[in-house]
Amino acid sequence: MSYQDRWLLPAGITEVLPTEAVRLEHLRRRLVDLYTRWGYEFVITPMIEYLDSLLVGTGHDLDLQTFKLTDQLTGRMMGVRADITPQVARIDAHNLKREQPTRLCYMGTVLHTRPDGFAGSRSLYQVGAELYGHAGIASDAEILSLMLATFEAAGITALHVDVGHVGIYRGLVAKAALSEAQQAELFEAMQRKARAEIANLLQQWQVETGLQQMLLSLVALNGDVQVLNEAAKALENAPEEVKAALQSLVQLTQLLPDAVLHFDLAELRGYNYHTGIVFAAYIIGQGQAIAQGGRYDDIGKVFGRARAATGFSTDLRSLTALMPDFESDACKVFAPAQVEPSEAFTATVNALRAEGEIVICGLAGQTGEAAAMGCTHELQKIEGNWQVISL
Amino acid sequence: MLKIALSKGRIFDETLPLLAQAGIVPLDNPEKSRKLILDTNDPEVKLVIIRATDVPTYVEYGAADLGVAGKDVLMEYGSEGLYEPVDLKIAQCRLMTAGFVDKPAPTHGRLRIATKYVNTAQRFFAEKGIQVEVIKLYGSMELAPLVGLADCIVDVVDTGNTLRANGLAPLEHIAHISSRLVVNKAAMKMKHAQVKLLIQQLQAAVDSRG
Repeated sequence: MSYQDRWLLPAGITEVLPTEAVRLEHLRRRLVDLYTRWGYEFVITPMIEYLDSLLVGTGHDLDLQTFKLTDQLTGRMMGVRADITPQVARIDAHNLKREQPTRLCYMGTVLHTRPDGFAGSRSLYQVGAELYGHAGIASDAEILSLMLATFEAAGITALHVDVGHVGIYRGLVAKAALSEAQQAELFEAMQRKARAEIANLLQQWQVETGLQQMLLSLVALNGDVQVLNEAAKALENAPEEVKAALQSLVQLTQLLPDAVLHFDLAELRGYNYHTGIVFAAYIIGQGQAIAQGGRYDDIGKVFGRARAATGFSTDLRSLTALMPDFESDACKVFAPAQVEPSEAFTATVNALRAEGEIVICGLAGQTGEAAAMGCTHELQKIEGNWQVISL
Repeated sequence: MLKIALSKGRIFDETLPLLAQAGIVPLDNPEKSRKLILDTNDPEVKLVIIRATDVPTYVEYGAADLGVAGKDVLMEYGSEGLYEPVDLKIAQCRLMTAGFVDKPAPTHGRLRIATKYVNTAQRFFAEKGIQVEVIKLYGSMELAPLVGLADCIVDVVDTGNTLRANGLAPLEHIAHISSRLVVNKAAMKMKHAQVKLLIQQLQAAVDSRG
């Protein structure tokens, strides 16, 4: 490696420089406070742990994304967390063992083997909240509201929230009694909303006509709340669990009358582990979702205790990049270098810092003065008193 | 505002009549104009002219809301990040393997395949249980078997004239290729009124051709 590329970071690994770091930390504190006020307890999960427990539940989806190494103490495989959600689920199911609803929140960096999304990042700063122990729509509504509150706290408006329910597709596919290979093929086409292909496949497999129409209708069932009415008609003869899933979406709109929700009944993100409502947030100018969440009721089972679970997560770095500029109201004061600081000088500096101002002490013989140090104010001795003077 | 990504040439020429049926007509001709973003009669719709293989990238990341891409390009790109709602049934051809008819496959060593569809070729032969060596080329695939660079090629075949002129013949069929309308996932959700209307109009235009 030559001198010129010694500064290079691995692809998708980023550092955060002061201007951006201040914004990120500002938002991070605001979000911890927000979640705490909603009753979500903050937990810190390990960076690395045994692969077996890291990959449960969400399973295969995360396998490729996880960096792996061997534990020298036990010979077991360890993984660097690629998603904090399964870790938090373990904390709820195994460590806390509460019967009542449990609300947990978390923040931390996760590492991915492959860059994902437009920014191509492999080190995301995951922020999220999970609610365990309640299976009803009310907890989904709370989590969705908290996601909206997160964006509000970040000053991000004009949000587009897209809601789906994996139970609708799952119920219809179960009725169609397809083989595993067929299911995989249909799922793949459904994710692409490839209408013609889906129609062909269903015809080829001689799926019952009514069911064909219902599965095919999912592709077009997306848009504003009106979609739910169309769906009620299109899925009139669907199995009971499909209608129940649809009904829970209707309930969601009633629980969140102020939120502008959009629906997509063919949305199957995280189909392997989600069991109910799924949602994602989009904003104009970003071609991909910036936050996502949903219900995943079975995840605690592998830790010995199945618990109803719903949650959302987002990336703090992406949020920070989208957050409008904020003005810190703290002054940045330059205190000139003192050979022997007087008591009055020290007292003034301490008092300013106690008030929340930023005080930078000059160093004897340093390069650059107040302005060069980015200060807006300076301490000057006027008539024997140290005073803050605006530059 | 909707941006539609198109590639010059056959896809552009054959998409225009469909767009015209949906009421969208470009104001410039990309063959004459050097502009990369073309205005249309609808101030809310612009056409972005890019390379065919770049269409999925532009659309997946939302640099364009919609696009038209060949199924060959989509198969190679891996289209799980895109919606693919309409088969436009234009620019039809076949993705095939091709080589010398009378030359048997090498008895020892791996079969060497020259192609620009590296992933697709790998997948096709893997499904047949054959391990192959794939050589990535950017054009003139037909040359590779002639000069001994590869045993056969994987490429799109329309008339087969280029193959025949070089003493090669199409061998195995991999997939039917036609162009698809691809849609950015976020655009489908955020601009659903506009996008859905366009999808319906294009579907109707395709259906009307029978």
